[in-house]
Amino acid sequence: MSTLQMPKVDNAIMSKKDKIALDLRGIINSKNVLSNPDELRPFETDGLTAYRQMPLLVVMPETVEEVSQILKYCNENKVKVVPRGAGTGLSGGSMPLEDCVLMAMGKFNKIIEIDYENRCVVTQPCVTNLAITHAVQDKGFYYAPDPSSQIACSIGGNVAENSGGVHSLKYGATTNNLLGIEVVLMDGTITKFGGKAMDAEGYDFLGLMTGSEGLLGVITEVTVKILKSPEVVKAALVGFPSIEDAGNCVAEIIAEGCIPAGMEIMDKALTKATNDYSKAGYPTDAEAMMIVEFDGTEHEVEAYIQKTKKIAEKNNSSSLKISKSNEERLKFWAGRKAAFPACGVLAPDYMCMDGSIPRGKLAEVLNEISRLSKKYNLPVANAFHAGDGNLHPLIMFDANDKESLRKCEEFGADILKYCVKVGGALTGEHGVGIEKRELMCEAFNDKDIQQQLTIKVALDPNSLLNPGKVYPILRKCAEEGRVHVHGGKTKFPDIPRF
Amino acid sequence: MSMEEKQNSQTSLDFNQNIFKPTSREEIVEIVKTCYRKNIPLEINGLKSKSKIGRNFQSEKTLDLSDFKGIIDYKPEELYIKVKAGTPLKEIIEELDKNNQQLAFEPNDFGYLFSGESNSGSIGGVVSCNFAGSRRFKVGSVRDHILGFQGINGKGETIKSGGTVVKNVTGYDLSKLISGSFGTLTILTELSIKVLPKPETSKTLIIKNPHLKKALDFLGKALSSSTDPSGGVFYPDYFGKDFVLNDLTHDGGLTAVRIEGPTNSVDQRVNRLSKELGLLDQELSILDNEQSNIFWSRTKNLEVFKKLESNLLRIVLPISETLQVIQKLKSYDIKYFVDWGGSLIWAVFETLNAKILSDIKDIVKKHQGYITLIKIEDDLKASADIFTIDPIKYKISEKIKRSFDPKRIFNPGKMYTGI
Repeated sequence: MSTLQMPKVDNAIMSKKDKIALDLRGIINSKNVLSNPDELRPFETDGLTAYRQMPLLVVMPETVEEVSQILKYCNENKVKVVPRGAGTGLSGGSMPLEDCVLMAMGKFNKIIEIDYENRCVVTQPCVTNLAITHAVQDKGFYYAPDPSSQIACSIGGNVAENSGGVHSLKYGATTNNLLGIEVVLMDGTITKFGGKAMDAEGYDFLGLMTGSEGLLGVITEVTVKILKSPEVVKAALVGFPSIEDAGNCVAEIIAEGCIPAGMEIMDKALTKATNDYSKAGYPTDAEAMMIVEFDGTEHEVEAYIQKTKKIAEKNNSSSLKISKSNEERLKFWAGRKAAFPACGVLAPDYMCMDGSIPRGKLAEVLNEISRLSKKYNLPVANAFHAGDGNLHPLIMFDANDKESLRKCEEFGADILKYCVKVGGALTGEHGVGIEKRELMCEAFNDKDIQQQLTIKVALDPNSLLNPGKVYPILRKCAEEGRVHVHGGKTKFPDIPRF
Repeated sequence: MSMEEKQNSQTSLDFNQNIFKPTSREEIVEIVKTCYRKNIPLEINGLKSKSKIGRNFQSEKTLDLSDFKGIIDYKPEELYIKVKAGTPLKEIIEELDKNNQQLAFEPNDFGYLFSGESNSGSIGGVVSCNFAGSRRFKVGSVRDHILGFQGINGKGETIKSGGTVVKNVTGYDLSKLISGSFGTLTILTELSIKVLPKPETSKTLIIKNPHLKKALDFLGKALSSSTDPSGGVFYPDYFGKDFVLNDLTHDGGLTAVRIEGPTNSVDQRVNRLSKELGLLDQELSILDNEQSNIFWSRTKNLEVFKKLESNLLRIVLPISETLQVIQKLKSYDIKYFVDWGGSLIWAVFETLNAKILSDIKDIVKKHQGYITLIKIEDDLKASADIFTIDPIKYKISEKIKRSFDPKRIFNPGKMYTGI
């Protein structure tokens, strides 16, 4: 396990553990305050399993009033609070602190209202992303953002991280599909931002809260837009003799005015690994493989598929298959979705990075990654949400070998720095959390970061809500850990990651 | 820059003038730093197309950003354009036209309303006001298209957030926060905006129908259908004559639904939609690409309110509430049209006073919506709240304002007293 500097432990708080537990038991149902180490253990980490820390206490509030009272109490007594949804985050956003009260929102698990007239769903935050779609699909609707962990991740966590997914190219990330939230601030203030109307007036606090990684408030209710399910969905599986050809094809498809629902590229290493693992029928001789999916009405999808076919051929595609049935389409995706476990077979451990780059820089960045792979002597496989430039290199290493882990972390940091250098971003959808915290100064200068911290302090003057996350503690760009998987076992092995 | 040049540039600012018209970021920084030091409030303007929206406020100096313009970087294949904030929207649209691309959020042109002719303003103004056009329900608002920005905060520090890529969750999403902040948080200097390919074809299904209830029913069904419309409006009888086109001889009330995409699919979807809505041939007209574009451009430009003398209110509501709210508002002397598929009402009030305004606000608030006073008589403007806010959000807004602009020198009081 890697070590990471966290905010200084407040020994006065540590010594008052029993008193704090007692006080909290006076605020909420006493069985919802956990203090025994055996009860705390399940909360010691989230999806970023390289880091573990037991919290001081865990509270499981059941109502917004309870959330408010707990925060107010903690604010007045200077106790740190870390909010947590389903705990599937990949950047350590809900990793506990030794002296914190971990606020587990698991009991907020009900859908409050389905409103077809306004095409929205009002829900408690710990309902899973997929459960929203399940609740409305019989009427032909769905919730568009689809992070790969959607069977397990909570909608409140999606808001906190501004989660994306394969389909965010066409439908946007969480922030573009959100109508309103109810939030409790660190001082206990309960307020609503947005609602069922399309816009709210005044400063866009809804936009500010979305993706703020639990640093500004605790989300207690979420209103999301739902969309009519597309009539037809078709995908094409295209092989290319070079990454450059694949990259050019992506750029041209977009420039031609086709906005696919999803567009994925895998490099040869990953194509081979996933094909061996899932028997997806991928063209393993291709240097790059692309899955492109369109949705809409029949004529619309057909028109786009034909255009794609022409563009792919123009860009030297070596193979091209169009899904003839929904089963075949899902088979195309099955391999892609098995990309992570497939890497788990190739090496004892792998680390998943999450950089964002301009689409046109794909070939350049992949060449750099391959150069770094040689430099660090660690194999790497690349998956890429090509349509929106979100790159997920998977670095393979052996965590039992300290040197290998160190090299892997350095390698990962080099990739992210390069992403920023070519005009991209440190994180496209996994969030900064603790994972990329010390790299923030690659993307921002002191003034930029100071402005963000001033906002934090305006809403949480004592920096008690999820401290130590997102913003650097060290004044240097230290290289720290990434999504670390040991022996093919992620924290939640059943959740697809892609 | 040598020491000597630095001193020259620092002294080049003539602080006796009342209007600053900077052409570089360095000049803006110098102006703001001086104002910060001397506690001098600044009114920030672009092309003044929307400067009448908002509260009246006192400012000693004006910062005119109309010369701070130009396209910095346009990458059609990366779907973004990076511009200086004072760049006229018109110039950006002309540049995008060359590559058959567009700003999908169709910002309103308030020029017709305030001055009788087009003035779509500067991009900085468009972002600061965050008023999106008819595609709102499909593509989002202006704020959903801002990838990143650079700005100057109230201390004269240059800050940035976001970038030029779509997927970016690094740090707080300040691009959202500055959208719709009416220049009260930062002086925008650079904006990176998402652009999208223009649809191959746009067609519009016009339903001849003067009844609001029926219109909202049509719009509701259309927006919930899988034909994927990108515009839905209702114009009552009195506005019908403004939309007479070759294929639209009907001059009464109308409901319009726009369908965009590849030509083949547009035809198919238009047919499907007219069947799904159970329309007879004589009830409808279909506008081809050219006429469809004229129709939606007139809507976006608020042309039915050209040189309006009376008061104009912008009311946003959950769709389910629109019918009831309009029925209640009809007890006043109003003319209105409905956009955003039923969620946005533009309403003209012939007479308006503090009492009526307060009653309307109560109605809209009760129905979970909000009102922005776009154009009201000067007497009333001095006393009325232009924007609606509750005490808790006011308190939070005050804190956020201070975190950007601690001495309240940017457009102080433009949104709310004390902010």
